[in-house]
Amino acid sequence: MSRAELLSPEGLRIDGRRPAELRKITSTTCVLSQADGSAYLEHGNTKVLAAVYGPREARHRALVLHDRAILNVELNVAPFSTGERRRRSKNDKRLLEMASFVKQTFEPVVIATLYPRSQIDIYLQVIQHDGGTLQACINATTMALIDAGIAMTDYVCACTAGWVEREAAIDLNYIEESSDTSEVTIAMLPKSSKITLTQMESRLHVDKLEEVFRLAGEGCKQMYEVMDKTIRDRAEDLARKMAV
Amino acid sequence: MLRQKAFMKKTKSGKVLKVVKEHYLRDDIWCSVETCKVCEHSEPVLSAVPSINKAYRLPHYIIPDTNIFINQIDVMEHPLITNVIVLQTVLEEVKHLSLPIYQRVRDMIANKEKRFYVFSNEHHRGTFIEKLKDESPNDRNDRAIRVATKWYGNHIKDLNPRVSVVMMTDDAGNRDKATADGLQAISVKWYIEALDNAEILDMMSSAKDLDDGQKTIYDEHLSAAHVSNGIKSGKYLQGKLGISSHNYLEGSIYTKINGEEGTILIVGRSNLNRAVDGDIIAVELLPKSEWRTTPTGVVVDEEEEQAEEESLKAEQEAAATAAKEDALDTPQPCGKVVGIIRRNWRQYCGFIDRKSVHTPAGSSAPVNVLFYAMESKIPKIKIRTRQAHSLLGKRIIVAIDSWPRTSRYPIGHFIRALGEAGDKSTETEVLLLEHDVPFHEFSKQVLSFLPVEGENWVVQPEHFAGREDFRSLNVCSIDPPGCTDIDDALHVIPLPNGNYQVGVHIADVTHFVKPGNVMDQEAASRGTTVYLVDKRIDMLPSLLGTNLCSLRSNVERLAFSCIWELNKDAEIVNVRFTKSVIASKASLTYEEAQNRIDDASMQDDVTSGIRILNMLAKKLKQRRLDMGALTLASPEVRFSLERDTQDPVDVEMKELKETNALVEEFMLLANISVARKIYEKFPDSAMLRCHPQPPSANFEKLEKAVARFGIEIDHSTSKTLSDSLDNAVLPEEPYFNKLLRIMTTRCMMQALYFCSGAQIEQEFRHYGLATDIYTHFTSPIRRYSDVMVHRQLHAAIDSSLSYGDELTDKEKMNDLCGNLNHRNRMAQQAARSSVELFTHLFFKNKTEEEEGYVIRILKNAFIVLVPKYGIEGIVYASAKVSKTADSGDAAAQPQPILVYNPETDCLQSTETLAEGETPKTQVQLFQKVMVQISIDDDLKGGGEGGMRQKLKMELLKPWIEGISVHGISNKDDPEAHAVTSKKREEAPVQAQDKKRAGKRTKA
Repeated sequence: MSRAELLSPEGLRIDGRRPAELRKITSTTCVLSQADGSAYLEHGNTKVLAAVYGPREARHRALVLHDRAILNVELNVAPFSTGERRRRSKNDKRLLEMASFVKQTFEPVVIATLYPRSQIDIYLQVIQHDGGTLQACINATTMALIDAGIAMTDYVCACTAGWVEREAAIDLNYIEESSDTSEVTIAMLPKSSKITLTQMESRLHVDKLEEVFRLAGEGCKQMYEVMDKTIRDRAEDLARKMAV
Repeated sequence: MLRQKAFMKKTKSGKVLKVVKEHYLRDDIWCSVETCKVCEHSEPVLSAVPSINKAYRLPHYIIPDTNIFINQIDVMEHPLITNVIVLQTVLEEVKHLSLPIYQRVRDMIANKEKRFYVFSNEHHRGTFIEKLKDESPNDRNDRAIRVATKWYGNHIKDLNPRVSVVMMTDDAGNRDKATADGLQAISVKWYIEALDNAEILDMMSSAKDLDDGQKTIYDEHLSAAHVSNGIKSGKYLQGKLGISSHNYLEGSIYTKINGEEGTILIVGRSNLNRAVDGDIIAVELLPKSEWRTTPTGVVVDEEEEQAEEESLKAEQEAAATAAKEDALDTPQPCGKVVGIIRRNWRQYCGFIDRKSVHTPAGSSAPVNVLFYAMESKIPKIKIRTRQAHSLLGKRIIVAIDSWPRTSRYPIGHFIRALGEAGDKSTETEVLLLEHDVPFHEFSKQVLSFLPVEGENWVVQPEHFAGREDFRSLNVCSIDPPGCTDIDDALHVIPLPNGNYQVGVHIADVTHFVKPGNVMDQEAASRGTTVYLVDKRIDMLPSLLGTNLCSLRSNVERLAFSCIWELNKDAEIVNVRFTKSVIASKASLTYEEAQNRIDDASMQDDVTSGIRILNMLAKKLKQRRLDMGALTLASPEVRFSLERDTQDPVDVEMKELKETNALVEEFMLLANISVARKIYEKFPDSAMLRCHPQPPSANFEKLEKAVARFGIEIDHSTSKTLSDSLDNAVLPEEPYFNKLLRIMTTRCMMQALYFCSGAQIEQEFRHYGLATDIYTHFTSPIRRYSDVMVHRQLHAAIDSSLSYGDELTDKEKMNDLCGNLNHRNRMAQQAARSSVELFTHLFFKNKTEEEEGYVIRILKNAFIVLVPKYGIEGIVYASAKVSKTADSGDAAAQPQPILVYNPETDCLQSTETLAEGETPKTQVQLFQKVMVQISIDDDLKGGGEGGMRQKLKMELLKPWIEGISVHGISNKDDPEAHAVTSKKREEAPVQAQDKKRAGKRTKA
């Protein structure tokens, strides 16, 4: 028997969304008191916690750059985050790779020259996994960095899109992701529409690429609205408290 | 857009896996009713004034449950049933239960006139329900249907004009609950009866209305769990049932018996136990004492069949004792069906048995009648109809519903009538349907992928990108007369170094047919163009096939070229492939090309090119034959059709000219070269074609028969077989060699498409062509395999080309090969049936006396091939007592005049013989006989009930008392020697691979 239908002919995905709809997104900042900045973000059932420490003095002298700050990203996936309980080693190559994606994404956006000879640590914790971990990590990092007050040229908003059966769809969940769909993650600077990351590991026909990209870009813009609102609400809240 | 979040399932499977899924319930799933003002649907499906039925006051929409679709799909497909709301719950259940039915429901949904609307109730906030504790999934789904019905009822209650919804279910419990909820519920039967339409009433499946008091005829089938355990433990054997085309009470499965591949015979009604041809069944082996040795006879109708069964028993007892004495003949394993794993029922074309209709003409009361399928392998089907009299003499379509233990025959229902029997167009439709050939017109959607310029499309400068310009070359094409879909052309240039540059140019179909679009999908599902005697069922729309792709003379066309450098001995020095633009200088027929070669006064470039090609082709052919390629034969004929009526006026054997071989040789060369190239690029997913070596069992009888003439057949390799065929010549019988080749053809296996990753390299061999690798590249207009090969070859030569996984995915390629093999087989059979149909038309009102040869011996009959017409017929070896005699009488049993002798595989007279004496008369393989051919006038299915028994062959010479008839002048009672014309079963393998062996018809 063939595999489950990911997109019904009526145009609904298995979880009831239409192709161009994001999952429900909730986010808060300033969730950890120890960290300089922190954020918690949910993309449907994908839940990520980000903590930013710094800019602070670099741990290893040898790594220090005299004209700017260095970024350090560590990613950890909780053993209980997936259906099957599994502990991952710290040196899991997938995790290291994903951490380096996040690092590369933010290096051109964070204005590191303002913080010479220092280090900015970003710790990411995936609490629950339901597809689209990388996009959630990037979005959470953006909010945590803003919360930490680190200078950036723009928000970084990430979104995945893929080719589901016969149409492009965004924000794939775990079932859609794992049934051999081609998936692209892009990270975008919403004001300039510049792209700082594209990542794709499967084959996608070149004719479909443009449509998938367009949709992912739109997803990024939608993400921006949500993130910006959270940040502004938070800022207003703080301002009100300071006024009192 | 509002979105609601609700947490759903936590399911556990095997490894204790916690699954957490999101489910967004929506507010924007519209009702799709035309008059609804609340919903924002853009193209409402359900009309403002829906179905009207006497059972209800208001016009209403129908909401059927799952079982309605599963059991009554034919009723649902009737044009009277419109405005149906298909719930997502129902659709998912249907899909889970039966994919073919799901596909049919989807087709109805796609059909705008049916007005079927899919309501995604599981995603709708108002209709989604959570499974209650202690509620079974079925109950939950029934409740979901009721909730959705209720929602619809409330939603549309204020509409103007007033409408309502009706839930349709055959489950009385569900109906009661619905009525309790204040819903309208009805069963199919009540609903249809209130419609008062005989046709739709007949279409209703009659699965349930049987009395249980009847005595059971068949043993019970074992449960699925029981069967699967039995198969695992080796107690039962699994296989696909193939029924003998001579005898619908004899079937066999091919499976592994104790680790060895073999055939298990299943003989008789009770052993077959309600299995129908094509079903996947579980079989239990019978004890060795019940195994049988002799081939079985032909069963035509009931009386004979009973006699057959009785004689069977006696014979089995005799065989049991004989088996001990005669250890030479190993009996074949026999078995009994214990369970059916999967039914393979489809719709059958056929006719109603006149004898089974007892009501007076004009009566419209429902009666049970018997239905004969055109396919002789299918048992009679009992159907209930109110239009028995109007359907007599017509071809109709029937589906099987069930086969209960109490019923001798399966029970089915009427679907639709095709037309008068014997009518050419009706019969053609029947044969297309029977062979599962998609023959509907191309849909608008498919046509939308044709080039917008239509007929005016020409090669533009931008088409030259990535193509070589071969317009100046002297390219020409050679095809059968009247051919409009020219997919290949040739050229040759003598090179300064004494070698030749030879080019084969194939129509560049893939330039127009892009992977994955609707036109491509349609072509992939059709698989091949089907050639019938009087028409052609195209794979691609004719604008492409006969115009834009067709390499016609003096127009510029896109081509895919294969260019070799050949030396004087026709050995390949090098080869390359390229896309190109060509302008053919001449499109010739085989005859014209031959005339040019022969006419010394013709010295133009094209002609001298053909001469060189001919010279090279002869060398290629010689080398191929030396390698062991087979020259086989098939009795193919060609009809001359009358221009207006398309009735056949003359039949002739197809004639092959030297130029046929010319084109064929280069096509083979191109196919082999391309196969190598694509296998190199796609080792796991190349589409190739193989022809397996036939097992030696296939040759046993033939070897025995020719041994009589002192001829030996060595089939260990194709080379030895080819040599022994060449040596098998009888000076006194010139036709013998051809006949032997025809019969050898029938011993062959089918050539098959396969995906290179699915087989080991040793099995790539093409036995008939004696080459280690082969594919189809040269006819993309009429074969989809070639389209795929074109795409793969293009990807192999152009590294910058982007392509999807359709070229690399092993699974997909395998599935595609499966479909293409099926379509190919069906297309061949359809073509043969079409020839058969025209043969029948040709012999209408004619009686001919012709020479024929015995090509197969059965227990009580033998099959004669008449080379002049390429037809085969059965001649009975027993005198049949006229049906007008009291048929219940035991004396009505046929008296065998000749009996089968398994030692010599021949039929002989019954007198007792002394040691070493030859019987007075005998019929053996290859024997030359005179037969009289005529057509059974009884087309309307009267007397014998034999609408499919049309061609009649009667023995004239040698004279055998009781069997033979006296020529035309002295014609016997026509019913005394009824003869069935049967379908020739084995395909001539070679014919499909040798390009031109009669594939095309007059357009």
